[in-house]
Amino acid sequence: MSLSPDDIKVGEIRESVLVDDLKRTRIVQYAGASGDFNPLHTDERFAVDAAGYPGVFAHGMLTMGMTGRVLTDWVGTEALLRYGVRFKAQVWPGDTLTATATVESIEDTPTGPVAHFTLRTVNQDGAEVVSGTAAARLEP
Amino acid sequence: MTGQPFPVEAGHIMLFARAIGDENPAYQGESALAPPTFTMASAHYDPDYHLRPKPDEEWFGSGRDAGVMAEGAGGLHAEQHFEYHRPVRAGETLYAHNSTGRSWEKQGRTGRLLFSERITEYRDADGEPVVSAVTVAVVPEGPATPKDAR
Repeated sequence: MSLSPDDIKVGEIRESVLVDDLKRTRIVQYAGASGDFNPLHTDERFAVDAAGYPGVFAHGMLTMGMTGRVLTDWVGTEALLRYGVRFKAQVWPGDTLTATATVESIEDTPTGPVAHFTLRTVNQDGAEVVSGTAAARLEP
Repeated sequence: MTGQPFPVEAGHIMLFARAIGDENPAYQGESALAPPTFTMASAHYDPDYHLRPKPDEEWFGSGRDAGVMAEGAGGLHAEQHFEYHRPVRAGETLYAHNSTGRSWEKQGRTGRLLFSERITEYRDADGEPVVSAVTVAVVPEGPATPKDAR
């Protein structure tokens, strides 16, 4: 599956609620699936008493993984050429996250058109937790 | 092939897709596609991965006591970048090659922040590049007790 340049326009935006009231269990579920068992994410007592955080927080990669859906639901997984993010703030249990993808440009390349996106995921307070960019191949 | 073998299994993709809350049918079934961040899960196959407890080895998380903040454990993931050369599918084995990238420092609110890149190239059985991943980690210099992190 990939989009044709007729199906997508510069300035077009997709928004997606990634998670509503993130549960600690979900963070543990990601730890199991990814193999990253850092106790900062899985062990409340460690996070508070040993590390000095208010509690466990989500893996950045859980947020990045969830954010990817706003792209893959739009352009398809196979079309992705690049996907990169910066982790701007921590994601805590109870957070509700919304991702936005914006088409910044459509470039003609020797192998066909490529769409360039900016990405932004915010929490329920509007604070940015992830910002990023991506590129996807369009149908020639 | 050289590199750390990473067998891409359909069941593992299913578990990973569930964990990120994505029910995309492309991530299901025997020839499932892998979600864009799936290669991070190659940590499961790294015998020396430091964020996995191992039998009969000291683990820094809590047991009877709260655990200890190991040196460098205060580090955080600052950035992550992927370049996709082709899609990853269940049933293939990738081979991960790690190398060290750039490192730099920045003055933060409470002291110096040390950034470093780890580059992982995932190649297929023919040695062709499949996914290039760059992880940027940041570690605060000095005591690793980020009490004011929130």
